[in-house]
Amino acid sequence: MVQSFKKGSASQIDASSIVYDTQKLNLWYGNHHALKNIDLQIKENEVTAIIGPSGCGKSTYIKTLNRMVELVPTVKTSGEILYRERNIFDANYGVEELRTKVGMVFQKPNPFPKSIYDNIAYGPRIHGIKSKKILDQIVEKSLRGAAIWDEVKDRLNTNAYSLSGGQQQRICIARCLAIEPDVILMDEPTSALDPISTLKVEELIQELKEDYSIIIVTHNMQQAARISDKTAFFLNGEVVEFDSTDVIFSTPEDKRTEDYISGRFG
Amino acid sequence: MRYVNHEAVVKKMNKRLIVNGIFKTIFFAATLFALLVLAVLFYRIISQGVGYLTPEFFQNFGSRVPEKAGIKAALIGSIWLMCVVAPVSIILGVGTAIYLEEYATKNKLNDFIRMNISNLAGVPSVVFGLLGLTIFVRALALGNSVLAAGFTMSLLILPVIIVGAQEAIRAVPQDVREASYGMGATKWQTILNVVLPSAIPGILTGAILALSRAVGETAPLVVIGIPVIVHFLPENLLSQFTALPMQIYDWAKRPQEAFQYVASAGILVLMIFLLIMNSIAIFIRNKFSKRY
Repeated sequence: MVQSFKKGSASQIDASSIVYDTQKLNLWYGNHHALKNIDLQIKENEVTAIIGPSGCGKSTYIKTLNRMVELVPTVKTSGEILYRERNIFDANYGVEELRTKVGMVFQKPNPFPKSIYDNIAYGPRIHGIKSKKILDQIVEKSLRGAAIWDEVKDRLNTNAYSLSGGQQQRICIARCLAIEPDVILMDEPTSALDPISTLKVEELIQELKEDYSIIIVTHNMQQAARISDKTAFFLNGEVVEFDSTDVIFSTPEDKRTEDYISGRFG
Repeated sequence: MRYVNHEAVVKKMNKRLIVNGIFKTIFFAATLFALLVLAVLFYRIISQGVGYLTPEFFQNFGSRVPEKAGIKAALIGSIWLMCVVAPVSIILGVGTAIYLEEYATKNKLNDFIRMNISNLAGVPSVVFGLLGLTIFVRALALGNSVLAAGFTMSLLILPVIIVGAQEAIRAVPQDVREASYGMGATKWQTILNVVLPSAIPGILTGAILALSRAVGETAPLVVIGIPVIVHFLPENLLSQFTALPMQIYDWAKRPQEAFQYVASAGILVLMIFLLIMNSIAIFIRNKFSKRY
């Protein structure tokens, strides 16, 4: 079952450029076996897309990478996920430490009901940065990084809820950049946005991959084809195929991948 | 083949509309009945009591002479009582609610505790009076003081505050909590910076409504032996005192007719007290509540 997909070109990658190395990951919600023997290697400074039909486990997988999935009380896992060669399930690996290095952008824009400034400064503040001068710089840098600085620089003190959905999502991306993460996880970040906002976020992702490793879950296959370097196809909790995006969308090895990307199901 | 016969439907329409009208009238009458009783009560109390609401009424202590009887000791006593009940019940209540909603894992014991807190809210107040008498007045030897009465009243309204605070905390959307956790915030940082700011209007509204119940509650005070004729103001938390409902209860049971009017004046003072507290609750809810 594990052999049914190509292991990328793992042998040629030197270990230091691998951000996440998932080995034999299994996950259960109570009795429901949601992830089955997942093996995936994710490289730095790439955009890795995870595609698949609803309920295939793609959101569960990305939420496992920063252990957010554990907010569901009945979750059990087995196997390992090595983040920078350290198993994130180790008892002495604190989730707070992991999540400081691995930021997350959610499906629905979820800014805090606070000012734009306080939204961006939230992360640095909880990690102990108090200096107003430094916070000012972080806020500007993060908003520029999320390509929304020009739109909001004159109203940093207005409530983030007064912005449009697309702007809110870019605020959430900026909020995530403010903790200067190593990896950014994106769980269907454009599914609640209109096409123009979606385009802006996609352009942003292209710019962000210069500095960050990005893992994005999407059920929009065109989006995966447009923005990602690697694509993993999930089905029923298994990785069916994982390869460079070009290969997946032109010459997939597995029949099921071909059926899915050609729109025959899902 | 059509299943809905429109002609038959139109024919029967009148009957349906009449039934609708009948039920509307019944429900309106039910509302009217409650409002009427309330209006009569208000009329009686205001017409009887308003003549006694003089500045002297607020400056005098209790007296055997109706004209000289005043509410000073009871009003100040009730304010003292609230100064104990408010911090004790809010700190304990909100703390419990935060633990149950945010920290406690889901297991049978915690479910049992959650369920029984709701049940506690339905226990008669006289039972809490007996509890207060046993623990605070006798075992801890606090006597019939402000502190003993305050602790007893706090116990009485604690379940209401806990349930109200739990609901306010539960109303904070999960996705803003996730946003906070996702940046590496600890549970307490998330509670302090994200959950509480959104939940506080709801928590305070529930707390103030619970406190106004404590202001009007009589039975526990009777059980723990709060005196009714007090000619001094409390000096500290261990002083004896009396409270508004005790004073009203005492006046209302006296034989002289004039004291019925004094009691009405006392009820008016109590109602204004409650009205002010409820207005504060409504003000807080409207002013600070954030909508998602």
